[in-house]
Formats: sequence, C-alpha cells, structure tokens
Amino acid sequence: MKKTVVTAKDVSVEYVIGDLRNIGLKDFVLKKLTNTYQVKSFLAVNKVSFQVEQGDMLGIIGSNGAGKSTLLKVITQIMRPSKGTIQVKGKIAALLELASGFDGDLNLKENTYLRGAILGYTREFMDRKYPEILAFSELEAFEERPFKQLSSGMKSRIAFSIASLVEPEILILDEVLAVGDGAFREKSEAKMQEIIQNGKATIFVSHSIPQVRRMCNKVLWLDHGKQIGFGETNAVCDAYEQFLKKGVFPKDK
Amino acid sequence: MTRKRGIANKLEQIKQYQFLFEELVKRDFTKRYKRTILGMLWSVLGPMMTLGVMALIFTQFFGRNINHYVIYLFCGNLIYGYFKESTNTGMTALYYNASIFSKVNIPKYLFLLSRNVASFINFGINLLVLFGFCLLDGISFSWKFLFLLYPIGCLLLFNVGMGLILSALFIMFRDMKYLYDIFTLLVMYVSAIFYSIEVYPQQTQYLFYLNPIYVYIRYFRKIILEGEIPRISFHFLAIGYAIVVLFIGGLIYKKKNYKFLYYI
Repeated sequence: MKKTVVTAKDVSVEYVIGDLRNIGLKDFVLKKLTNTYQVKSFLAVNKVSFQVEQGDMLGIIGSNGAGKSTLLKVITQIMRPSKGTIQVKGKIAALLELASGFDGDLNLKENTYLRGAILGYTREFMDRKYPEILAFSELEAFEERPFKQLSSGMKSRIAFSIASLVEPEILILDEVLAVGDGAFREKSEAKMQEIIQNGKATIFVSHSIPQVRRMCNKVLWLDHGKQIGFGETNAVCDAYEQFLKKGVFPKDK
Repeated sequence: MTRKRGIANKLEQIKQYQFLFEELVKRDFTKRYKRTILGMLWSVLGPMMTLGVMALIFTQFFGRNINHYVIYLFCGNLIYGYFKESTNTGMTALYYNASIFSKVNIPKYLFLLSRNVASFINFGINLLVLFGFCLLDGISFSWKFLFLLYPIGCLLLFNVGMGLILSALFIMFRDMKYLYDIFTLLVMYVSAIFYSIEVYPQQTQYLFYLNPIYVYIRYFRKIILEGEIPRISFHFLAIGYAIVVLFIGGLIYKKKNYKFLYYI
C-alpha cells in the first residue's frame, strides 16, 4: 500500500470579514456604541476531506472564492482548521505568490538571503547555493542593485530561483509553474517539472483544466468552500466542465 | 518519529530561526541607518540635542536643587528615550511583515525581537555617551555600576512585552499610533525626567512608583548619582512590571497567533 502523506478529515476553516479590517480604535468604539459593528464569519472551507498519497499529484480546482488558497494555508499550517483535522507527514514547501514580501531597500543579495531564511534554509545552505541561484536567475549584473530598482519580471525571476532550490517532500503550488519571458519561462517550467519529479507529492491549484488533466492524477473540486468532488482526474474535470457550461452541479454520488 | 529524531529536528529548527533572526536584524539595521555613518551618528545626535535644550531651559527652574543636573536629566532621557523608541518601532513590526507571515509559517515574535535589537544597540551607544558625561562631570565609577545591568535587563523585557502588546493592537487598530503618541507624552511628564519628586508630599511620591519608567529611571539615578544600591523590594518592583507586561504580550500572541491574518 502507498503511504499517505496528507490526510484531511472534515476540515472546516472559519474566516472572518467585516469591520475587522482597517478600522481605527475610534471607529471601533463608535460602531460598538451605536451597535453597527459588523463582523461576519463564514466557512471558507467547509467539511473537506481528501488524502494525498506518495507519488500523487493533486489538483485543486474551483471558481474564485472557492476556498482553494485558504485550504493551502491550512496545509502549510499558516491557518488552523476550526473543525476537523489535517495530518501532514513530511517537509512542506509552498511556492505562493512569489514576488511579494521582498524589501525594496535591500539589494538583490540581501533579499536573497532573507528570502532563503524565510523559506527555512540554513546559512550554510544559502552560502553554498547562492552562486547557483544567481546564475539561474541570470541577474548577475544586478547583484548590488536595490530591489526597488528591479523590474517586476526580474523580481519574480529571482523569487523563482530561490524557491526552486527546495527539496521538499510535499510541494505546494499556487498557479506558479513558470515565470518571466520566453526563454526563462521554458527554463523555469523544466525546473518545476524536475522538482515535482523529485518530490514525494505535489498539490497544485489551477484554473487551467487542460493543465490539470495533463499533470494531476487526482482532483479536488471546491465551490464556495464546499467539496463538490474528489477523485480521479478525468471524472472530476468532466463534471467541472459540465458545470462551467451549464451551471449545474453533478448529482451526489 | 523517534525521540532522537525529534530532538534533531528541533535543533535544526532553532538553527533555521537563528539564521532568519540574523537576517531580519540585518534588514532592520540597513533600513534604519540607510548604510550611512551619519545615520549612526544621528541616533546620538538626536538625544544630545534634546538634552542640550532641556539643560539650557530647565537648569534655571529645577537645576538649583539637584546636583549633577545634566546627568540627572541624561538618566531620565536615556531610559525614556529607549522605552519610547523601542515600543514605537516595535508597534509596526507585525504589520510591516504581514506579507511574510501570511505566506510562511514562522514565529511572529521574531519580527518584533529583531526591531528590539536595533533599539537596544542604540540605547547601548547612548549609555556609553552617558558614561562619558559622568567622567566629565567628576562622577567616579564604582563596582556598583555593575548593578545597572539589572534595570537594563528589566527594561529590555518590559519593552519587548510592550512591543508584543502594541504590535498586536496596531494590526487591529491602525490609529493606535496617534493614541500611543499621546500616551508616551503623558508618560514623559510623569516620569520626573527634568524635575525632582521631592517637592511632593510623601504620599504623592509613592504614586510615582506606579509608573514603571520612573522606577527604572530612579534605579539609574540611585546608582549613578547617589552611589547606592536600591532596596530589595525595589528590585522586585522593577522585574515585576517587566514580567507582567511580557506575560500579557505573550498571551496575546499565543491566543491571536492564527488570527492576525484576518486583520491584514
């Protein structure tokens, strides 16, 4: 039997929205006094269960606001499920929104080290790998340049180069398979394939159904937090495409 | 997982966090001083100018009855300045690193601690300047000066605790900054930085001890100006404030750890 690496059982995640954000203390007190303070909590992920086994590539599909990113945050332990359990065995690495989180005042080298530290690498590892990262990103000429002077394409190139060093057991991808212009795009896609091949399992969020069909062997379909389908790729993808065309959910199994 | 592997993992984790912490400190330093010598100099120049102006004006009013009035002022300014700077920069630590902790699961207090390192070093530099002033003013150093480490340690913990509380509040309420500015101004007036509390009746004098900042300032002056080590109860008071604040801050972080995400 294959080893299970991720087990989610009835995972629900509560998300809170409303007057919570961007409110001042003054507004808060005023709204509390006049009883107009509104906070709404809803289940961004609602009773989702799935397993990922060794060697699996799980695709997560669904329209915007379906709870895909929230689910990823639970898997990477940035958020905790409010109900249900999630078990993860193995080292996780997530490649989420690559280009943000850099500091504009630091130069390329400093940012690379900082990012490496954030991703959980050690200093020795970074010392060893830094030349490789720089070479892969093809940004040798910009090493001492403050980050805010780099173009956004360059930023995502260095971000990808750092992230692609990971040797994770479980890889999490949020729509990032390739970055940059023509040549770099191909290079990064090849690198990505290599990481996927080397890892134990991959979880991959995408809006591109053809891509999911090509790469994944399991698919999880979410809609408004609810789990609509989970199982073999083609069956779930067919149902999803039916839904996109006609707007009806498949009948419950 | 075997126990041995558990320990190895833990060690590995500490090593990783140490690296992250160093890089965060480096970043906060670079941003603060903008890679200039003048930036470093400024952190001494600012307090010196405040001290100069205060000495110029207040010596006429309060300086007549206080020996070594400039040193007296300096002690107050030094402690208060460190408190104010450390908590002010600590307040925004969480908010400005939101783009990091919303994507990667790392201990959030590291952001605060790294900022505290910068303000602590700043404090250290100013402390050296204070010792220089002591020399010039003919105050002799004794072994008792070693006891200064105690209030410094307490103040450090106190500032970290305040930073934890404030950074959590700031992420919830962005106008905290203005309120806190008012608060620190009030703290300055009740910390007896430029006056002496001797003019008040005994009962009122005790009220000053409700203010932790005054307690730390008083400790400094007692050692430097009076050459005396404060009583034991005074030590308890000093560490007590620090522990209480640190405890509250830690509790908020523990409770809200996964909820900070909702506010950004």
